[in-house]
Amino acid sequence: MKNTLLNMILVLGGISTIASAGVGYVYRITEEPIAAAVEANKTAALGDVLPDFDAIVPLESTLDGIPVTVHTATAGGSVVGYAVETATTMGFSGEFRLMVGFAPDGKVLAVKVLQHAETPGLGSKMVDAGNPLIASFEGRNPSDMRMAVRKDGGEVDALTAATITSRAYVDAIARAFAAMLEARGSALNSPFGEALGGGENVVLEAREGASENLTNDAKQTDNE
Amino acid sequence: MNKLGIIISGIVKNNPTFVLLLGMCPTLGTTTSAVNGAGMGAATMAVLIMSNIVISLVKSIIPSKVRIPAYIVIIAAFVTIVELCMKAWLPDLYATLGVFIPLIVVNCIILGRAEGFAAKNGVVDSALDGVGIGLGFTLSLTLVGAVREVLGSGSVFGWRFIEGDGMLIFVLAPGAFLVLGYIMVMFNKLVAKTK
Amino acid sequence: MELILIIISTIFVNNVVFAQFLGICPFLGVSSRVSTSMGMSAAVIFVITISSMVAYMLQYYVLVPLGIEYMQTIVFILVIAALVQMVEIVLKKVSPVLYQALGIFLPLITTNCAVLGVAILLIQKQYSLLESVVFAFGTAVSFALALVIFAGIRERLEIEDVPRAFRGTPIALVTAGILAMAFMGFSGLV
Repeated sequence: MKNTLLNMILVLGGISTIASAGVGYVYRITEEPIAAAVEANKTAALGDVLPDFDAIVPLESTLDGIPVTVHTATAGGSVVGYAVETATTMGFSGEFRLMVGFAPDGKVLAVKVLQHAETPGLGSKMVDAGNPLIASFEGRNPSDMRMAVRKDGGEVDALTAATITSRAYVDAIARAFAAMLEARGSALNSPFGEALGGGENVVLEAREGASENLTNDAKQTDNE
Repeated sequence: MNKLGIIISGIVKNNPTFVLLLGMCPTLGTTTSAVNGAGMGAATMAVLIMSNIVISLVKSIIPSKVRIPAYIVIIAAFVTIVELCMKAWLPDLYATLGVFIPLIVVNCIILGRAEGFAAKNGVVDSALDGVGIGLGFTLSLTLVGAVREVLGSGSVFGWRFIEGDGMLIFVLAPGAFLVLGYIMVMFNKLVAKTK
Repeated sequence: MELILIIISTIFVNNVVFAQFLGICPFLGVSSRVSTSMGMSAAVIFVITISSMVAYMLQYYVLVPLGIEYMQTIVFILVIAALVQMVEIVLKKVSPVLYQALGIFLPLITTNCAVLGVAILLIQKQYSLLESVVFAFGTAVSFALALVIFAGIRERLEIEDVPRAFRGTPIALVTAGILAMAFMGFSGLV
């Protein structure tokens, strides 16, 4: 086709429109499967980091502007563990999200990476089973640990050549631990605390009640 | 050129990695294991085949002065489509390949084939060229990934044959350059022998 | 402090060429002479810094409000291509001397994956505008550093007696591998 200005504008405009429409269409189709994949990933992670449970109650909150969700798992009415969906923005490639499983006494049961964009072959090793980071945390209570990588005087073994990722990992777990402690405390004080693990309706109420409680607690500490 | 010849030439004579030296960034960046290399190769091949087909179809209506931007838009659209599909149906692979999927847009292989082949040939031939070059790229990436995985982690395609650590340097950045360099040397040696 | 950390880590620790594998094609292509590599470096620093600002604005003032973040790749690559053209035209008018020096490198930059890579990474890392610009500048400087060092080595390699099968790209890759090892030494810095 001839190189007239009109032709060029028409063709480029036409191609851009069709391309955008095509991408938009695929986005609409894949929107649901992507959400489902994220959800499936989360459910699988919950199963991986917790012992067997028959009911689970999520409690959403934010720490320093980063959303953290504490899932309290119960079996037969008693708490068997906490799974905390936590995140950090200190990663080498920005945000990554972890699922951290805690025993009722605060020991770390397991850690699972939900989503990350760390360098393949370096930071991405935090996903592998038995890597130094997981090995440093598993079976230990963060309150008994110096929570930093060895280079910074802590007792966490960093990944080779991925200090930034390792620091961020520690940050995410510290955040998870703080959120877990807070949730454990507020659940005990909450009037709905004993209802944890009950029916679906009760669960919803407990969830609202608990998060309200959390914000009240936060306000109180501010006033103090 | 016969149809099979187009495919074979993409794998051997016009091998994008070892002969044309195109697409070096993903070749080095994503080949920490054989599976990652193969996944990146397959994603690139999907984009390459689709963009080759579409560009050979629309080539006659594109004014020559704006052809490069037009190709880039078409390629970028397909890359986004592949990215969305991977997120939906292959989330694990997507998580490992990270930033390199959107960067398929600037992979010189794709623009190079669009300009060098699809813009001059028919639809069927262009699709076959996409298959050939794509296969050549995928095989090269899988090979580099497999060598790095064997040396660096003592496993191949995720199957471990050595307990404990491998030579970590081969999984890290320097290993990428070294392995690719030495494979190229062997490729050159073989080609020199057959001549 | 944060900004200094970003600069040091992008230039040395996470060097764009040796650790992130971005911009390898121009790295291997124009690194045979120190003088051309300097020209290319200057052009890259110029374009990456400007394009990062534009990418930041587009992402947070256009794509996010419209809810079409998934169009990121298409929009960014188009803007970078247009930007390079504009830089070329403006440079020609404003500073013919600079244009003489950088002109031939500018068209090559559109396909330098470091430019698009930086734009995508700074969104992924959720940097602020200032951090983005610093990050982009640092990355471009790290590219320049890698390129100029490498060109110096290749000028010397040329007069060496390299085995035939190694000549050209293979020896360049092996050299780059050894340089990458040297750069790994910086990982203790941060």
